[in-house]
Amino acid sequence: MSIKPGSFLQLAAAHLALLAYTALALFPVGLILINSFKERNAIFRTPFNLPDAETFSVAGFETVFGRGAFPSYFLNSLIVTVGALLLIFIAGTMAAHALAEYQFPGNTLLGLYLAVGIMVPIRLGTVSILRLVVSMDLNDTLWALILVYTASGLPLAVFVLSQFMRQVPRDLKDAARVDGASEYRVYWMTIPLIRPAIGTVMVFNMIPIWNDLWFPLILAPGERSKTVTLGAQQFLGQFANDYNAVLASLTLAAVPVVILYILFSRQLIQGLTSGAVK
Amino acid sequence: MPASKRKSFPWHIVVFLAPAVIIYTLFMIYPLIDSLRLSLYTVEQQGGPEVFVGLGNYQRLFTDPFWQPQITRAVGNTFEFFLIHMFVQNPLALLLASLLSSRFIVGRSIYRTLIFTPSVLSVVLIGFIWQLILSPVFGRALFAQIGIKLPPLLGQAETALPVLSLVSVWQWVGVPMMLFLAALIAIPDELIEAARVDGATGVGVFWRIKLPLIMPTVGIVAVLTFVGNFNAFDLIYTTQGALGAPDYSTDLLGTLFYRTFFGVQLQLPNPTMGTAVAGVMFVIIFTGVLIYLFTWQRRLLRNTVEL
Repeated sequence: MSIKPGSFLQLAAAHLALLAYTALALFPVGLILINSFKERNAIFRTPFNLPDAETFSVAGFETVFGRGAFPSYFLNSLIVTVGALLLIFIAGTMAAHALAEYQFPGNTLLGLYLAVGIMVPIRLGTVSILRLVVSMDLNDTLWALILVYTASGLPLAVFVLSQFMRQVPRDLKDAARVDGASEYRVYWMTIPLIRPAIGTVMVFNMIPIWNDLWFPLILAPGERSKTVTLGAQQFLGQFANDYNAVLASLTLAAVPVVILYILFSRQLIQGLTSGAVK
Repeated sequence: MPASKRKSFPWHIVVFLAPAVIIYTLFMIYPLIDSLRLSLYTVEQQGGPEVFVGLGNYQRLFTDPFWQPQITRAVGNTFEFFLIHMFVQNPLALLLASLLSSRFIVGRSIYRTLIFTPSVLSVVLIGFIWQLILSPVFGRALFAQIGIKLPPLLGQAETALPVLSLVSVWQWVGVPMMLFLAALIAIPDELIEAARVDGATGVGVFWRIKLPLIMPTVGIVAVLTFVGNFNAFDLIYTTQGALGAPDYSTDLLGTLFYRTFFGVQLQLPNPTMGTAVAGVMFVIIFTGVLIYLFTWQRRLLRNTVEL
């Protein structure tokens, strides 16, 4: 199909608008990045310039590594995120399999029960969650966070995964049963068949867990269980006037997420645009 | 049911369901219900037993001279925060999505990946980045370089909330953009082609063909915006603190909830009043979701049936 002359101008205008908005979306992040590698005077004198031989400095990063316990915060965030994702994977696929595969009394009702959590924010139950966590002696532990994030991630995971599990051909499972496979084996066999959906659900849950401030602040503010989001928040509040350190810690906290995003953006975007919002 | 089938109880179904049902019930459903129950109780003296007061906490929240201004202000501010998202973020997202959905746009996936980037960063980082950019020290130097005298936008009661709402719009616009884009791409080309043959212009096609077809997505985006913004907390807490500075002008239901049950500075923690604030949030969110289910979805269903 040929492009009409009038639509060339339209196309140029569309690109111009998109470029302008992309610049607006990226410039704050870029600004932080370039200034985190500059010495203090240059940050204020010429904030828009790239660091050069004269203005280059890593003083901020030295402060962050010297004062903050960032490596251990990173490790905590990693354990919480991976732990919650693992539990969402195990419990989510198992429940989705049961709902999709077996006709038992209350199947629909149970599906609805598990779906309620999609629309109700778990934060509204925070006071009781805190009491529960304290009564189980789990406050200031990573377990508290892992369990809460699992509970809040499960509703959407079960909902999406059971839709995909219903599409796995029956013949395949029945053939395995004829060969003497147990129900557990049949379940395990369907997992690779819905791998793309699982990937989407995992990436979809990963970012909000990594970025959450609310539950680390309330359930696990202790030094040993602090996540990187909470650590950055407190560090930034404390060193608000040390601009080098602030910019460096912003850069450090953003980098892992940006790397993960670059690696997984396809799954994330697929998740946003397909099953996750049906 | 024949006896032969009944004798082997399907234990595997229980095993498959148990982990999810137990974790979800214990850490989500039970706390939500227990929290609503707690909102009907009060503690008369510090450390004393919890006494049933019915709707007393709610009555106090809306009539007591200490609580009443706080809750009404927080509800008002939260509505303002939500409405700015509804009427700035979502139209902007729709505009970007329709630009991206054009068949002739080269580099669609690059644009959408880049525009989505702020949404993957934590609100804490976004909050500090913008606080820095708008700050009287760094921000003034920054804007001076391009010849603009920057007013203290986050320090003035009139501008702080709208500006922070726009920061949040800036961060999250990628999410509705993706949803709109997926819906727009799914529209069959033949439909648009047919309208064009009938002489419809680009704008006409958008209003008469595309928009009606993506109405289900518009509804989902609206309800997600509503639920998401009625428990907003992180951005305000990060940039303005738990008191919604300056002078409570940015205080949302989320910050009021946190402050009430957790305590801050001179205000003692009050878990039962906190659960009452959560109860108010719950009622508002629940009402919003119900309105969506019973008006929007029902209308859409009726339209599909008529087709």
